[in-house]
This record gives sequence, structure tokens and C-alpha cells, in this order.
Amino acid sequence: MALALEMRGITKRFPGVLANDHISFQLEKGEIHCLLGENGAGKTTLMNILYGLYRPDEGRIFLDSREAHIRSPHDAIAQGIGMVHQHFMLIPVMTVAENVILGMEITRRGVLDRSQAARRIREFSHQYGLDVDPTAYVKDLPVGLQQRVEIVKALYRGADVLILDEPTAVLTPQESEELFRIMRSLAGQGKSIIFITHKLKEVFAVADRITVLRDGRVVGMTTPKEATESRLAAMMVGREVILSVEKKPAQMGDVVLKVEDLQVKDDRGYMAVDGISLEVHAGEILGIAGVQGNGQTELVEALTGLRPVAGGKVVILGDDATADRPREIIEQGVAHIPEDRHKHGLVLSFPLADNLVLSTYYRPPFAYGIAINNDAIDENGHRLIAEFDVRTPSVYSLAGTLSGGNQQKLIVAREFSRPIKLLIAAQPTRGLDVGSTEFIHQRLVQRRDAGCAVLLVSVELDEIMSLSDRVAVIYRGKIIGSMPADRATPEVLGLLMAGVKETEGPTGDRSDR
Amino acid sequence: MTAEAKKRGGIPWRKWVAAWSQRVSDLAIPFLAVFTALAIGAVVIWASGASVPKAYQGLFEGALGSPRGIAETLVIATPYTLAGLAVALGFRCGLFNIGAEGQFYLGALFAVWVGYSVKGLPIFVHLPLAILVGALGGALWGAIPGFLKARLGTHEVINTIMMNYIAVLMVDWLVNRKGPMWDATSTVPRTPYILPTATLPQLVPPYRLHAGLLIAIAAVFVVYWLLWKTTLGFEIRAVGANPSAAKYAGMSVTRNFVLAMTFSGTLAGLAGAGEVLGLNRTLPAAFVSGYGFDSIAIALLAKSHPLFVPFAAILWAILRNGAGLMQVRAGISVDLINIVQALVIAFVAADEIIRWLYRIGKKEEIKEVVFTRGWGR
Repeated sequence: MALALEMRGITKRFPGVLANDHISFQLEKGEIHCLLGENGAGKTTLMNILYGLYRPDEGRIFLDSREAHIRSPHDAIAQGIGMVHQHFMLIPVMTVAENVILGMEITRRGVLDRSQAARRIREFSHQYGLDVDPTAYVKDLPVGLQQRVEIVKALYRGADVLILDEPTAVLTPQESEELFRIMRSLAGQGKSIIFITHKLKEVFAVADRITVLRDGRVVGMTTPKEATESRLAAMMVGREVILSVEKKPAQMGDVVLKVEDLQVKDDRGYMAVDGISLEVHAGEILGIAGVQGNGQTELVEALTGLRPVAGGKVVILGDDATADRPREIIEQGVAHIPEDRHKHGLVLSFPLADNLVLSTYYRPPFAYGIAINNDAIDENGHRLIAEFDVRTPSVYSLAGTLSGGNQQKLIVAREFSRPIKLLIAAQPTRGLDVGSTEFIHQRLVQRRDAGCAVLLVSVELDEIMSLSDRVAVIYRGKIIGSMPADRATPEVLGLLMAGVKETEGPTGDRSDR
Repeated sequence: MTAEAKKRGGIPWRKWVAAWSQRVSDLAIPFLAVFTALAIGAVVIWASGASVPKAYQGLFEGALGSPRGIAETLVIATPYTLAGLAVALGFRCGLFNIGAEGQFYLGALFAVWVGYSVKGLPIFVHLPLAILVGALGGALWGAIPGFLKARLGTHEVINTIMMNYIAVLMVDWLVNRKGPMWDATSTVPRTPYILPTATLPQLVPPYRLHAGLLIAIAAVFVVYWLLWKTTLGFEIRAVGANPSAAKYAGMSVTRNFVLAMTFSGTLAGLAGAGEVLGLNRTLPAAFVSGYGFDSIAIALLAKSHPLFVPFAAILWAILRNGAGLMQVRAGISVDLINIVQALVIAFVAADEIIRWLYRIGKKEEIKEVVFTRGWGR
């Protein structure tokens, strides 16, 4: 088969890091080629080189067997390379058609020709099954459809090679299925697709071939037929990995967290959490599943005192904590692994040791009166870094110099270093590699077994299903359904995540459109 | 910038090695900025037809060439250090205190008032009282914009600028002819002279160098101690570096805004108190100092580190003090010094230029100090 793209011996160095080390990568015409690797393996760097955002230090790129020089995204687009980023680059207040033609508007006598754009979009829709209404406003579209607009945008610009960067991160399982169908249809008609992911199941669902990267090098190329999940995981991590979490049945204790008819507004003043009631018992993990942006952030912030409660009640260990400040909640024995570790979790310009006492710096032994005891802080740092296996040159390194996985371990180390009765973990493994994820999952289960109540909020279904004892699904600020973990299958959860109640059946599911 | 500077962190030696290796290229930048600014200044002097060696020799001699020159340089470095610390402390909390000038005025006003109006106290009561009340004046002037930011979310840049106008015009009114604080026996608009019991003693008579210098040196270490050895400082720095994380960790962001602005104002107030109690011994109308504004430059040059502030202050004092003799020797305008100062600031602020000029690699993308934080909250 003819090669659509070949990258030969690509090397890219950043100060102190060899991000890509003589990577060679081939993409055949009409192929879905999965680029698999942990964070920091060099996937993004490689794709940014292909898309003209970085220049390689060494190596050559061939498109259709001709050497290509790609100096900017503009060059990349002109040579038929399209990229769909994880974060969409769409303008919400414009229509689909306007977004698609943005930057390459068709004009007739100086006036924008929207009808021709709409016609082209309908052609694509027809050809590739990318069903999307050109006259709809992007802000009214669900995430899955917005992603389709991005794909249409790339095709409209003449893309033959399509890069999809972690495209399923924001989708429900059904939406992901729909995306895979579209990908197959595109590949069937000669488009070549590079699919970046770290989710092993997706690789098997859609890939023709798989290239695995680790530490900036290609560690292997294989096909779904030859590979197994555990084999791929081992290639990514460099050692054998336990994919499923082993845990004993839950020993449920008393109610630790009780939420009654909670209402919370988001930054724009809309009711993001609209009447949620739930209970978490000591010794159990309650998983909150849901597509991103359905009120999870606001729920967690309200429970931890970071966001005012608009209505309802929060009771922690029998005490009304509805109007408590963060410090009062922390002092009741609540730990919080925040969903955005850079915004809330860490002070990146502080040393590790200081980050490890971020919420306990004012108490003995770290401070007596107002005088800080730096020796105790450093000592605490050394101890926790060893215990939680944070990879760092020293406790004096700044938190911002660590990798994402180590930063997350740092947060977990800090939150677990206090006596805690309730743990609120929001997206605790977001963006983490397999190794760090495994580590953090084990620690969560350990805490549960030690009698801690755990509220786990995650958009990763696998994570919810493997860790939770009970699962609740959040949809548009409401708990739309809940069940014991053994009844929570991807199908059941997926429908609930899309807003379809069990009793209604699959009608009205937007992925049917 | 060695012995004291090495103490930053005040910590075992491994810690400082780790801290220093991360920042060594950072530290080179202020030096290179000064050097580059002087080089460009030389070009300007040459272009204006004057002698470059004469000019810089004059600058150097004027500032450091005689005991009197050195004493005067330190006289100027004293308020620069205190006001520079004020601005640096604000930066550490993510606040841009442009109000050091106004806080300086209030410090001078309150101190001079205690200095001339309170009578019959011995020097060891009167002098500390005058200094303390001066500091309080600055603290008050800093606390107001801090409180407004905490309560109403109004930006401290706007409010401190406005507070500057209020301070300057209020002092003008108070000390002018027929004003409440005007000395009626005087022909010029000024307050009465402070009593000898409120005067900061000269350190090495006959030079004007006064005990305010000791206050400034003490303040350097107090601010250092506050920022790195106390829970207050831990909070201030955490709020400055990442207010969201500070709030998450249970700190009160708004309380720290008020505290930092109050401390900042206190330091600027001390600078003002030192000037009237140590030098002028009265507060004249049109008491234009410029120290408050220059202190922003000094804090930037010192990278907002209290132990570096005195060095930046001395540099600024040298430029200011030596300018006169430079003018005489080379026959060029003192304004040239303003050009050099402006270039230093430009190079420190836009350190990319210096990094590019001297091929210094980019350090890791972590900002240690957030200087300002936009206009929203």
C-alpha cells in the first residue's frame, strides 16, 4: 500500500530532555494508525513537529513519498495535514458553516458566500456520514457534534492526513462509538488518520496498526490482532502492569458525608448543581460518573468550601458544613484531590516540601506561633516523598519542575498525610500515565479499606467501574441514576451519561441523529 | 551581593545549592542589564559630543569618590531601600503597590506632626513614637486600597494611584500658608521644625547620614524573616504565587491582601518618616520625593527579594547622587541618568532582550513571582 506519510529519524531536543529520539513512523493511505504512549513519551512533540509547530533537530518528513518542509501549521494545512486538538478551536457564537470557513472564506463580489459553504459541508456530511447542520450555532451543539465540526473543518481545508489528539476524552461511550464509525468511514474513502490515545480499549476498537512510544523512542509497532491489552500496557510503561484494581468487598460504616438537595451556581450564575442528594459511608467508594461539564466541578467545589452553596445542605460527620470555609472543612478531616492540579492543587513556584504542608503549615510541628519550622517541613518532605515514591532530585525542587504524574503523587501524599475521614477525589488520574494511575488507584482503595469515605468524581468510565462500590451518574446538575457497582456496565452508564433514564429506553439519544 | 545574599533561604547548604543552580542565570540578568544600560548610555554621551570617560568618572566620583559622596549615596539609598521593600513585599503577594509615594507622604506627615507637636518627652520615647506613628500613617494608606480590593474587588493599581493624589494634595493643603500645619513664623510654606528629641541622630557627623539607615537595614532582615520564617509570609507568598491553591489550602486570600498592603504601606511610611526625622526635620510644601515611584524600579531590579533590595537601592542612589558631578565634568544633562535608569528597567522587565544578547538559555517555565495579575480578580 502507498504511504501517505513517512517520518524518518525525527529527533527533537529540549533543554535537558530528548523528547523525540530518532523516531520513524509510517502512515499508509486509508489507515487508522494509533500512536500510543504515556504522557511525556513524545507523542505530542512528534505531532507538533508534523503540524509545523516545532522544527525537528534531525530527521525528514515525506508526504506521498515526496520530502515535505513544514515550517508552520499553515504549511501543514496547505500540504493536506489536518489536526483536531483536544481543546476545540471553535467560536461558540458562530454557526457551523461560519466556523468551518473561518480563515478561508468564500466570497462572491466581496460578500461572504454562506450558501456555498453550507453546500460543501452537506457534501462532506453525505460522503463521510458526518451529520451536522451547517446553520446550527456551535454553542448549541453537544460536545460530540462540536468535535465533528472540527473534523469537517480539517476536511474542508483539504486534509488527507488527519491527526486526532485524544479525541475521546470529552465523549460519552456512545459518542466515542459514533466517532469510531466516522473514522472508519473516512479511512474507507482514502483518508489517513493518526489517532493519539492512552486508552487501550479504544486502540482495539479502531486501530489498523499501533505504534507505541516510550521515553521519546519507538518501542514497537504492532496490530490489534497480534497485541493484547496487558502486552501494550507493558510496552508503554516498560514493565508488567496490573490493569484491574484488586479490592476486597467494602466494609460499610456510618454516613460520613450527607448532601441534601444541594444547589450550586457556576461562574455565570447558572444552576450547575441542581438538587443533588447523596450519602457516602465510611469504608466505601462512591463514584460519580458523567460527561465533563455536568456540574461535577461545582459539586466538588461546594463540598470543599471553595464555592458558595445556593441551596440545600452539606453535612459532614453530623456537622452542618454548608457554609463552612475551606479551612474548617479541612480541619474536620476532609481531603481533596482537586481536578485541576495546577490551579488548585499546587503552588508550582514553591518547593516540594512547602507544597506538602500547604494546608498544615500553621500547626505544630511545622509552626509554633507564627514562627515556621523549616526543619520539620523539610523532614516531612523527605518522609512523604519516599513513602509516595515522588521522583524528584530533592525536596527543594520546585513543584512545577515535576512531571504530571509526580505532581499528582505529591498532592496525594499531602492529602493522605493528615488523618482523614472523607476523601473527595476529582479526576484523580486525569492525564496520568498507566504507572501513576495504578499507584493512585491502589492508594485510594487502601484508604477505603482503612475506613475512609471516598467520593470519586471521574469522567473515565473504566476508573469509575474498577474503583467504585456504588456508582451515581450526574447529568446536567442532577443525579440521574445510581446503582451498586456490579450493575454498572458501560452500556447502562453510557446511556445515563447521555441523559437517557433507564425507564425511557434508548429513544431520544442524541447519538442517534 | 554575596555574604548576605547567600543567606536567602537561611538554610542548609544543599537547599541553597538547589535553589541557586535554578536561579543562577536569573541573577546574572540584573547585572547584565545594568552593564548594557551603561553601555548604551555611553553611546548617547558620545553622540551628544561629550567625553564618555569624563562623564562616567564624574558619575563614579560623585557617588563614591569621597567620604561625603559615599555618605550621601547611603542617605539616598535609605528611603530607596525601605520603599523598595514595600513594593517587593506587595509583589510577593501578587499586588502591585504603586502607592508607595502616597504612603511615603503619610509617613512623613504623621512623623513630623508627632515630631513638633508632642513636647516634653525624652528622646528614647519621643523618637520611637514619631517613627511608629509615621509607620502607622503609611500602614493606614496601604491598608485602605488593600481593604477595598479584598471587599469590593477594586484593583489596587487604580486605588493606590488615587491615594497618591490624595496624599500629595492633602499634605500640600496642610502645610501651605494658612494651612493647619503651617509654621506661621516661617516665610516659606512648611511645618514647624521637629524637636531635637524626635530627630534621628547623625551616624558620622558632619555628614548627613542618619540612623534611618539602621532602620532600613533592620527592615531588610525583618521582611526576609516575615516572608520566609513565618506562617504569615508563607501565606502571603502562597497567595501571591497561586491564589486558587492558597484558597484551596484553607488560607484567606482577602485577609492576605489586606495584610500585605498594610505591611507594604508600613515600610513606605517608615521611609517617609526617616526623611523628615533624619534629614529635613520639617515637612515643606512641594515635598516631592519620587522615592515611591523609583522604588517600583528597585523592587523589579531586585526581583522582589528583600535581600537584594538594598543592592538595587544603592545602585539607584549611585546613579542619582553621581549625576551632579557627571553633569559638571562632562557638561551633559543629568537627564542622561534617567535614560540609563529607564534602560535598566526595560532590560530587567524584558529580560528576553538580555537573554538574547548574551545567549542565556531560557530557564524552566516557572515564574517565581507574579508581578501583577491583570485587571480582573
